Amino acid sequence: MTDNDIGLLETPELITRREAVLRVTALLGGIALTGGTALITGCRQEKVGEPFTQDEIAYLDEIADTILPTTSTPGAKAAKTGAFMALMVKDTYEPKDDQIFREGMRKLDDASKDKNGVGFMKATPQQRLALLQDLDREQFNMSEQRKADAKRKSDEFLSERQQSQPAPAATTATKITEQPPKGYFRMMKELALLGYFTSEIGMTQAQRYVESPGRYDPCIPYDGKPAWAGHA
Amino acid sequence: MQTQEYDAIVVGSGISGGWAAKELTEKGLRVLVLERGKNIEHIKDYVNATKAPWQYPHRGGRTRAMEEMYPVLKRDYPLNETNLDYWASDRDSPYTEVKRFDWYRGYHVGGRSLMWGRQSYRHSDFDFEANAKEGVAIDWPIRYAEISPWYDYVEKHAGINGSHEGMPQLPDGQFLPPMQLNCGEQLVADKANKIFGPHRRIIPGRSANLTQAHDGRAQCQYRNACWLGCPYGAYFSSQSSTLPHAAKTGKMTLKPFAIVSEVLYDKDKKRATGVRVMDAINNQMTDYSAKVIFLCASTLNSTWLLMRSATNVWPGGLGSSSGELGHNLMDHHFRAGANGKLEGLDDKYYFGRRPNGFYIPRYRNLFGDKRQYLRGFGYQGGAGREGWGRAVAELGVGGQFKDAMSMPGGWTIGATAFGEMLPNHANKVSIDQTKKDKWGMPVLAIDCAIGENERAMRRDMQVDMAELLNASGVKEVQVYDAGYFPGMGIHEMGTARMGRDPKTSVLNSHNQVWDAPNVFVTDGSCMASAACVNPSLTYMALTARAADFAVNELNRRNI
Repeated sequence: MTDNDIGLLETPELITRREAVLRVTALLGGIALTGGTALITGCRQEKVGEPFTQDEIAYLDEIADTILPTTSTPGAKAAKTGAFMALMVKDTYEPKDDQIFREGMRKLDDASKDKNGVGFMKATPQQRLALLQDLDREQFNMSEQRKADAKRKSDEFLSERQQSQPAPAATTATKITEQPPKGYFRMMKELALLGYFTSEIGMTQAQRYVESPGRYDPCIPYDGKPAWAGHA
Repeated sequence: MQTQEYDAIVVGSGISGGWAAKELTEKGLRVLVLERGKNIEHIKDYVNATKAPWQYPHRGGRTRAMEEMYPVLKRDYPLNETNLDYWASDRDSPYTEVKRFDWYRGYHVGGRSLMWGRQSYRHSDFDFEANAKEGVAIDWPIRYAEISPWYDYVEKHAGINGSHEGMPQLPDGQFLPPMQLNCGEQLVADKANKIFGPHRRIIPGRSANLTQAHDGRAQCQYRNACWLGCPYGAYFSSQSSTLPHAAKTGKMTLKPFAIVSEVLYDKDKKRATGVRVMDAINNQMTDYSAKVIFLCASTLNSTWLLMRSATNVWPGGLGSSSGELGHNLMDHHFRAGANGKLEGLDDKYYFGRRPNGFYIPRYRNLFGDKRQYLRGFGYQGGAGREGWGRAVAELGVGGQFKDAMSMPGGWTIGATAFGEMLPNHANKVSIDQTKKDKWGMPVLAIDCAIGENERAMRRDMQVDMAELLNASGVKEVQVYDAGYFPGMGIHEMGTARMGRDPKTSVLNSHNQVWDAPNVFVTDGSCMASAACVNPSLTYMALTARAADFAVNELNRRNI
């Protein structure tokens, strides 16, 4: 669940100049893609590191519940996902990401007004879903691009090897994979998923949680039911 | 300053210290076990062991406040909300990084035996002979035949699961039944083991988890929450396995919050007489005397202690006469390998959370293979079905998406190699007199890096795994090198190596300090080479062997 590479990625000497440029480009691309007129100038200082208000938490609940609504199992709002997202942004996000997230909450609301004439909280469930689907498509395309890049790098590495070129004096540092910045919707989706699927409802109702399995069956027929939930 | 007398003193209560305590008390000695940190009582003090995952406010993650408090721990997985209490404070116990070195420490009763990875493998004679054959560093003073009975001995007590494979590079042991490969792993193993022959094979991982009840401890419940402390005592730790036996003799005194600041040395008798201890709470000093002293304080701390002892005789400290004390620091380099997707198994699943995986023993530079680098690596990996985490990268929002993501995803399989790091005199620790810890003691300066041999090996670590997966029908195979800095393996070794000659080694073949025969060092600092297997089982065996030798020497009045 936690990203093992976090520490490495923060080590400044590991970020090459090329990667630094890519980061900025991707960041601009991300902002440009997410639409809205206020985006280029959107540099307002957000309340980074501060607790979210009840209204903001209610708003996050609705975002999360649009991503993960009630079906045959309760949805994200029932699992208090908004409060979890707020806590995670406040306690765990770097200030720059906190800023992106809080700006994103406003951008999302602006996008709803642009598209539907009303803010997100007043939009209908269908309008909310359509809006988030657009944003999701953008972040998906970006992550597909990253996946393709990673695959290409891997293939290049292996084909170099097949041509039995001498091993380059590659340092460990240059091999460390770079993690590009996330757009705000990616953050929201990630936190909603994490908050929901690690909540009591998400673990015991959406998934199957067995505190103490007592045995290991290494290979059994799959019964078509939800996944086994993991441990903390 | 008062003095108290014991037959033996054991410094440290982790994997090595726990074994020393058990062996020495069971042989009738009155033993003082000194632990620098707090006590953690078996089961009672595993405060998070039965907590539900959703009860952690950040669901097990890390906060920025934690990252500020733990500038080293944050560099890798150890910094997390579930067992933060088990990791030493970077602030209280700083150190100097001449080059980046990640030092993850456990300063409490049980040490890192509480949080260890539990993978347990024997060294073979390929490992014990490598230095001598290749002219690297110095020869190990022992061979497999000498330590094999001690592997038997500690395995029988600790409870190691594994399968009998008959592979000369990874000797079989006294195993409890293995933890089986799951369907994905078995599918790949069946193909790979046919293609790559008898020396390069996927086998079940060998770990110190009980697959059946053993020594009064319950069998593994397959919760995969070992790092919280096991309420069933189902994995080996000092708490579950060695300290209870030491306590049962009535001859152990376990003293937490006791920081040993030096070994006291009588230069006329050429013997250690005891240790000086600072109370970690009130900073009071007390001397304790004993006939024999076991240093099991973890690799770098045992060396730190030696460097601070008998400096009136040897400015570099006890054991420094060879010029090798503090040198030849090693770890295992890892975080490089490959992974991919498995098809055709979507009708298969598993039940239970197995705290183990598969293993591929070393095959490089063995059996006629010859690479551009020396030594080799083993792989640790696993296969499984993806969970909800895949949803982050997938397209979708809404009810259908939620229900789909609640189901198990496709099968993936992957592994990282653990590579041997060569002993190198230039990789060293020293005492930095300019920086002090919370108790006013000077800290270690660590100067260690991997070299060309390791870098060359890292290419094979990736390529070989991709080759095996591709050959076995795995799809979308990708290599990775997630980066490595010394220390990340949490397998610090060397800095007080064993050897055959006091001119080139700190310890003799029985882990005795050449310059003080009643001082034994049996943790990772004694290692003359690292091999590529997880080292803890070897510390257990060497400690039990040294304790047996020490008691015989005491009885013969040789020490």
